[in-house]
Amino acid sequence: MQSSSSLLEKLPLTPLSKPAKGAMGKTGSWRTLKPVIDLNKCTKCGLCWLYCPEATVIFTKEEGPKIDYVYCKGCGICAEECPAKAIDMVREF
Amino acid sequence: MGKVIITTGNYSAAYAAKAAKVDVVAAYPITPQTSIIEKISEFIEKGEMKAEYIRVESEHSAMAACIGASVAGARTFTATSAHGLALMHEMLHWAAATRAPVVMAVVNRAMGPPWNIWSDHVDSLSQRDTGWMQFYVESNQEIFDTIIQAYRVAEDPEVKMPAMICSDAFILSHTSQPLEILSEEEVEDFLPPYEPPFDITDVDHPVTHGNIVWPEPRGDSPVGYMEFRYLMHQGQLNAKRKIKEIVKEFEKKFGRNHGDLIEKYKVDDADVAIVSMGALAAQAKYVVDLMREEGYRVGAIKLRVFRPFPDDEIREVTKGLKALVVADRNISYGYKGISATEIESALYSLEKRPLVLNFIMGIGGRDVKPEDQRKMIEAAFDIIETGELTKEAEWYGLLR
Repeated sequence: MQSSSSLLEKLPLTPLSKPAKGAMGKTGSWRTLKPVIDLNKCTKCGLCWLYCPEATVIFTKEEGPKIDYVYCKGCGICAEECPAKAIDMVREF
Repeated sequence: MGKVIITTGNYSAAYAAKAAKVDVVAAYPITPQTSIIEKISEFIEKGEMKAEYIRVESEHSAMAACIGASVAGARTFTATSAHGLALMHEMLHWAAATRAPVVMAVVNRAMGPPWNIWSDHVDSLSQRDTGWMQFYVESNQEIFDTIIQAYRVAEDPEVKMPAMICSDAFILSHTSQPLEILSEEEVEDFLPPYEPPFDITDVDHPVTHGNIVWPEPRGDSPVGYMEFRYLMHQGQLNAKRKIKEIVKEFEKKFGRNHGDLIEKYKVDDADVAIVSMGALAAQAKYVVDLMREEGYRVGAIKLRVFRPFPDDEIREVTKGLKALVVADRNISYGYKGISATEIESALYSLEKRPLVLNFIMGIGGRDVKPEDQRKMIEAAFDIIETGELTKEAEWYGLLR
């Protein structure tokens, strides 16, 4: 058996990770339903940005919300929470 | 010398948490553990204990809260029994694998159904492979002292594993005995404030615990999941050495020694010894004294620490014994007593080893009297004569 004690000695006791964009890969590929925002209905309240569990809603007061489809997993929470019903979940496949 | 009071096993655990200057307690009531957390809640309410008590809706949440608090740098305590411990099961794995040195008082209670609130050890022994250290104690003083010792062991940089201190329902939990309470100042000399290994409160440099680790090295990780499991195993093995050192230091400072991994009593010249866990280990010593007066060469062994398992110590202490009585207050359905299987496994590598007689007894709080332990020991002396040993565990006192 190969000795790897020096490697083990350098390890932290438990794995720690530093938060980084896309640390789990491009999770947009997990999606079957895609949130599509109708900016005509949108009131720019920002709730979709606040509720998104994956921080894939980019929001500015001026331009309103925009979805980052590279990482959005399509969970639909934004559509559920939108008080203006401005977000539709559209089947992609 | 601290103050001596008369109090129950459960209050002894509460006094220990106070003396250890625990920062956070998150717990849920369950018989027979409840009076531990009631007493702690009273200490906090009266301002005698400066700790945060987190009220939770279940034992699963209690342990989750303890893990979070521990990782954030708090010394944490909780207590439970039986079904509460079973509900915690998933979080027990999380605590150990996060290397959170939580200390928990477990008051051993039989699992239902049928409902039964009395003692047996199946509840905690079912948690054997979660990574928690397990201490089984015989008196209220040992509950107090072991909780203090367990924080030292659990928080040691070479260990960093959680520990449960297991005591028998009612036999200890609700029975009053003299207890010497060590003051917070005395304890602080022995048990300095907790130093967490990571500073997760540094919001400018955030870190995440418990993220995915792949089977093989990948990305920034030079190792896989398996290596972190090996480190946990090393932590447990290091604890064997640390427990011995810390028990010695405790004895030097406070004058009490309840054993380290095991406690041996009159074993050196014995032909037969009885192995017990928990409160029955105290009664076993009484039985040994009675039988010694009659000329029996008999001793007693207390299995004080079940994880890490004292395999070397068992091999050493049983040298020269002809037979070993292993009295299990538990059953692994379909095989035999849980401590018997572990002890037999430890003895297997020896060329010359004692016969092992396994008794299943005291299940669901059934009373085990001194004369019962005596009969088990007498059976071992008979077997030395006849050499007829069945491999099956005997259910002692079963009504047929």
